[in-house]
Amino acid sequence: MRTTAAKVVMWAVAAALVIAFVGYMATQVIRPAAEVAPLPAPQPLTLPDVLFYVLAAITVAGAAGVALSRNILYTAIGLLAALLGAGGLYVFLSADFLAVTQLLIYIGGVLVLILFAVMLTSRITDIQVSNASFGLFGGVLLFVAVAPVLLAVALLTPWAARDPGPLAPTTAIIGNAFLTRWLLPFEVASLVLLATLIGAVVIARKEIKAE
Amino acid sequence: MISLNHFLVVGALLFTFGVVTVATRRNAVGVLMGVELILNGANVNFVAFNHYVTGGITGQVFALFVIVLAAAEAAVGLAIVLSIFQTFKTIDVRAADLMRE
Repeated sequence: MRTTAAKVVMWAVAAALVIAFVGYMATQVIRPAAEVAPLPAPQPLTLPDVLFYVLAAITVAGAAGVALSRNILYTAIGLLAALLGAGGLYVFLSADFLAVTQLLIYIGGVLVLILFAVMLTSRITDIQVSNASFGLFGGVLLFVAVAPVLLAVALLTPWAARDPGPLAPTTAIIGNAFLTRWLLPFEVASLVLLATLIGAVVIARKEIKAE
Repeated sequence: MISLNHFLVVGALLFTFGVVTVATRRNAVGVLMGVELILNGANVNFVAFNHYVTGGITGQVFALFVIVLAAAEAAVGLAIVLSIFQTFKTIDVRAADLMRE
């Protein structure tokens, strides 16, 4: 009984802290900034803008699905949407090689690996196994605590942005850079991958006990 | 017109949802998915700053190394999850507390 009461008190304190923090952010940080720099007048949407918003919506919706979904399989589908959307966003940033790498490694490799793990660990759809641990309330508290800080920093900092110019392919430049300036990290990465290969096999193999 | 801020907002939301996933999941595979989301949010920021602020390709190279390390992390992490499943017959992250005793 005492532990339950202590838990409730702790949650209440956390909620009060988060609410106070959000109030502080709203009054001290966001309102002065909005007074100094009002929103720019809306411009007509062009096709790239619409594409960007669609991709961003897919990405954020997938991420929200990962965070909120009950079933671990739906979580994997949400991760697929988030990774696909992020790969599409890279194209808008003239990172064509990175977009294809995202498709090949994340979706073709990591996601398939995760799905294998989901299937190999049975009883995965048990409510106990794929349940959230501190529940929707804690998740919302954490979201409300983290998101305003990141968004305020992202939107209120005067970044030294320049005109990026037209999109250009970067694959050849990246290839040259990997074999000249970034040669040592490149080789170290290959060593890391080799160690990963051996380590994953050693960890995941079945133990055969000697009689 | 799409500006740097749009991409930063997407990256921030990816990161936040990743943190929420890592903190709220009991399922070890779900925790790993949250880590992937966090790394992707960081990657979007790297590439956006590379395109809009610095130019060149340094940010893209860094994002590539992040992808490589994320793949390695996923492989080892899932191997550990499978090992935990063999030992404890569950992948609830609260069950793996053998060192507490």
